[in-house]
Amino acid sequence: MITILRKELADYFTSIRCLILFLLVLLASAAGLYAAHQGIRGAVTETGFAFLKLFTTSGEVIPALVSFIALFVPIIGIALGFDAINSERSSGTLNRILSQPVYRDSVINGKFLAGVITLSIMMLATMLIVSGYGLRMIGVAPTAEEIIRLFIYLIFTIIYGAFWISLAILFSVLFRSIAVSLLSSIAIWLFFGFFYTLMIVPAVAKSVEMYLMLLRFSPGALFEEATMVMLLPQWRGLGILTSGEIAYMLPNPLPLSQSMLIIWPQLTTLIGLAAVCFAVSYIVFMRQEIRTT
Amino acid sequence: MGKRIVVETQDLTKKYDGVTVVDHLNLHITENEVFGLLGPNGAGKTTTILMLLGLTEPASGTARVYGFNSTREPLKVKRLAGYLPEKVGFYDNLTARENLKFIAQLNNISDAESHRRIEQVLEAVGIAEVADIAAGKFSRGMKQRLGIADVLVKKPKVVFLDEPTAGLDPEGINQILDLIANLPQMGTTVVLCSHRLYEVQRVCHSIGILSKGRMVVEGSLDQLGREALAGGRYRIEVETAQPSPQLVDVINKISGVRKVEAKGSLLQISTDSDLRAEIVKAVVESNIPLIQMKVQEFSLDDIYMKYFHEG
Repeated sequence: MITILRKELADYFTSIRCLILFLLVLLASAAGLYAAHQGIRGAVTETGFAFLKLFTTSGEVIPALVSFIALFVPIIGIALGFDAINSERSSGTLNRILSQPVYRDSVINGKFLAGVITLSIMMLATMLIVSGYGLRMIGVAPTAEEIIRLFIYLIFTIIYGAFWISLAILFSVLFRSIAVSLLSSIAIWLFFGFFYTLMIVPAVAKSVEMYLMLLRFSPGALFEEATMVMLLPQWRGLGILTSGEIAYMLPNPLPLSQSMLIIWPQLTTLIGLAAVCFAVSYIVFMRQEIRTT
Repeated sequence: MGKRIVVETQDLTKKYDGVTVVDHLNLHITENEVFGLLGPNGAGKTTTILMLLGLTEPASGTARVYGFNSTREPLKVKRLAGYLPEKVGFYDNLTARENLKFIAQLNNISDAESHRRIEQVLEAVGIAEVADIAAGKFSRGMKQRLGIADVLVKKPKVVFLDEPTAGLDPEGINQILDLIANLPQMGTTVVLCSHRLYEVQRVCHSIGILSKGRMVVEGSLDQLGREALAGGRYRIEVETAQPSPQLVDVINKISGVRKVEAKGSLLQISTDSDLRAEIVKAVVESNIPLIQMKVQEFSLDDIYMKYFHEG
């Protein structure tokens, strides 16, 4: 499997597709930084966590970096996985690899891992670039807690991306045609990213509770909730608070452990979604006929 | 003979959507021979190979390669067997050498050893000078050669070649056929699937003809030819300087000769066994100058057509 993983990684890093993705990510970091530059003066209040504000502050027109990341992670995930299996099948290389003494699952495992590693490198690079330039810009060093929060956010991003990679791989196993697998992944992304969260849920929901519940079927919504709780420590709950409860709340940020407590369900759901997608594609791939005709 | 059977199937059956593609196939291929697997399109040749390699599960029956059950121990089979698919594909962004190196790595061949072997096989299939060009730029014929190099790089004990000469120029075909013919000497058994009968005839020691998933006939080439076309007999043609009725009588008296037909100076003799020595003796003793004599060879075309029409 290491051999396949290594080859896939080499493929990713030399492909034009990844170069474009890297450029996109770079552009997003620049835009995010610019947004922070515009808005950070007003955003930093006495609650502290100035460094986290670099990621969450939006400018006058430009959205915050986290919004860019929330938008790009699915695209990157789909781009890394949509042709994983069916391109090998249509080019006739799948046959050739599987007639070598390798377990069939190492092919799909290797591809999935290579995708996750590539995504992780991209995300880590983004955050390091933004942190570095941000440090120059605002001159406030991050505290230990901020670093931990950013790290957890990075983990969330990777898990969220892994979900999209495994979804894309699932379609690449199910459909023989590369165009169909790409379009179906994009369709799912559009459905959950726009139609579901912006139109269907508001139309169907009869109460705020129902609205939140329905919203949480969308992986993107889960990711956004997790992002907010992690990077905006004063965010103190994802449910509904009555005005009576709000009256008793102190306007201070939650400690890290409490923030973690709030987003445990989001974390487990995202991991679960990624695992289910990957498991289904794994099982389908293991049982699939190999012949192309 | 005590020759080892390396590829063996027992009542091997495969169904696709209820259609039986391979039907209780029993196949035996002995070590160090070139076995030609023939049959019309859709006869089940490729499916049989896929089952032998453990890439497809049979509906019933067993396939064994070197004693390993292909369905249960596919990895052991794949360590010993090489497979050249009909539609061979490479990573277009990698060079020929890198493609081979990847396969060598998948087979856990050490770097030094794989380097040596890659040079060797690239040389053997005649693409050494383009080894550092991306495989995507290769022509169909060059890809086919690379495919054969790819199969040989792991030094398999048995190779399954599905249409190995498709898309090659005549010179390339000769080169590849010579290569295939030499494989048994290096300890590799070859199973060759092809529609080009003259190629099969040139390199194969024995053949099996499949039709509708069943083995119609299996055996060595000359034996099959005699059985199919001459009722199990040899046909010997003798050309002399002039027609001679006495000679016909003399030859007719040789024991084992079944029938002699004279067509001008040409005699067609049907015999039970190879009686060339006796016939020459008879001709020479009759004081008739002998111009030429040959045993009729049976073309695989004839055998194939005969069995295929029966099947």
